[in-house]
Amino acid sequence: MFAWLRRHPSATAYLLLAPGILYLALFYVWPTVGMFLVSLETGTIQTGYTQSWNFGVYPQVLGEYWGDFLNSILYGGAATLATFAIGFPLAWFVAFRGGRYKTLLLFLIIAPFFTSFILRTISWKIILADNGFLLGTLKDLGLLPDETRILATPVAVIAGITYNFLPFMTLPLYVALEKIPPSVLEAAQDLYADPLSRLRRVTLPLAMPGVIAGSLLTFIPAVGDFVNAELLGNPRTTMIGNVIQARFLKVSDYPTGAALAFILMAAILTGVLVYARLAGTEELYGARAG
Amino acid sequence: MSAAARPPFRLRRRIGRWVLPIYAAFAITFLTLPVIVMIIFSFNSPAGRSNLTWRELSIDAWLDPLGRPGLAEAVTTSVLIALLTTIIATALGVLIALALVRHTFRGKGIANLLIFLPMSTPEIVLGTSLLTLFIGSVGWTFLPPGVLYPLGFPTILIAHVMFSISFVVVTMRARLAGFPRHLEEAAMDLYANEWSTFWRVTFPLILPGVLAAAMLAFSLSIDDYVITTFTSGQTKTFPIYIFGAQQRGIPVQVNVIGTMIFLVAVGFVALSTFLGRRQQNAPGR
Repeated sequence: MFAWLRRHPSATAYLLLAPGILYLALFYVWPTVGMFLVSLETGTIQTGYTQSWNFGVYPQVLGEYWGDFLNSILYGGAATLATFAIGFPLAWFVAFRGGRYKTLLLFLIIAPFFTSFILRTISWKIILADNGFLLGTLKDLGLLPDETRILATPVAVIAGITYNFLPFMTLPLYVALEKIPPSVLEAAQDLYADPLSRLRRVTLPLAMPGVIAGSLLTFIPAVGDFVNAELLGNPRTTMIGNVIQARFLKVSDYPTGAALAFILMAAILTGVLVYARLAGTEELYGARAG
Repeated sequence: MSAAARPPFRLRRRIGRWVLPIYAAFAITFLTLPVIVMIIFSFNSPAGRSNLTWRELSIDAWLDPLGRPGLAEAVTTSVLIALLTTIIATALGVLIALALVRHTFRGKGIANLLIFLPMSTPEIVLGTSLLTLFIGSVGWTFLPPGVLYPLGFPTILIAHVMFSISFVVVTMRARLAGFPRHLEEAAMDLYANEWSTFWRVTFPLILPGVLAAAMLAFSLSIDDYVITTFTSGQTKTFPIYIFGAQQRGIPVQVNVIGTMIFLVAVGFVALSTFLGRRQQNAPGR
């Protein structure tokens, strides 16, 4: 057998690939195609759904749920910007000023990953509660009016998403910044660049792969998220994920849910694949980081 | 530069020296605060069912961490699924990574794409598409009932393996990139065949990477909520249990188990960092 494999080197590759690729074909590709077909069905849960190639469902659900799509893009976009605003200085600090505390700081950045996603989000409910330890203290000190609320507002949803995906932004930024040789930054300084223009014209361009990877890793799950809106928001802050979840699990309206999910996926994959073409998939998920 | 211009410049440098560390400290607090809140509230003794406000210190929940109906079952289900997912996804993923790093073959681009796509698809889409597959399988008489429908343990496992494979491949691919191929060639020169070369040379060398990938798969599986809601049916995993309980009020026990999982994970990371350092310092490296 080994002798045969030695004469057919690519056969080894296919044998190694076969189980995993077959699995992904069966449980990723096929269900995705299946979901597209389900989205074209019509009927009700009582009578059952039958295939009727109802392409009209797509303009129909876009018209009906564009507000939720808009919420998703707005909240996801705002959260991505917020993670960058928090994550970039943090990553910069760890990369260039971390010193011997670098490992500890990196550990603290990924510490949230070791706690259940749901439990973390519920913790925010405790922290942001109307008379909880954050708002309650500020109100007692007279810094905030008594009727101030954060929970059940878009701010709470955006804050929750920002929190949950901050490590996804910070780590790629750190990896990118770490690779910049200090001598390059010193050269900029020697050539009389002030700190701001050094950041804008040297550091940021060199950290661009990290910026792009971090934004994608944050924006993709943020747009599809429904847990933060459900736990921290109100009925008017629903994102498209909440609608999809309700269509599938609460009212069993599979065609509408499938159409919405398919639109979400198509929109995100189009954006990502355009980028992957430009940058190469390996760069995207830090395959070269090791 | 005139003398008058100096003080603002010095002041700016002093601010520059302090602003960033304070900012970083705030960001780190932001990241760790919910974890700290979770740990503190595991020692709470709430008045009613809801554990959202602090009342008094108590270790009751720590003495009886599974003492809530359904909690022990949910935790057991989560751990079992995570273990099985780890084994299956790591095996499948490591094989794919070996093929992608060490071989050139037709269709490599498609294989790379197929690894990349599940990671770029929002979780909710992965969950709903599997749900449509499982619902659509009603009436497939060649499968015994309960494999794909009704939903339950097997369907959760199928879903978890699916989304873990890509992450295993990516982790392994990074680790395999710097693999010392000449050691394998030496083994083959010494008349070891492919099988014993793999198990006695390759595998021990890639083991740290395999363990890292396995830990990633385990932690992805045990924490998953979104995909699991669509594939679990009546079966409850730990995250599903928490989400269900939060409408009625989360029992303190949930914080206790959350804290335990956190401590175990921290322990594993500390251990692997320690082992990694020792390996780096070992002679001959």
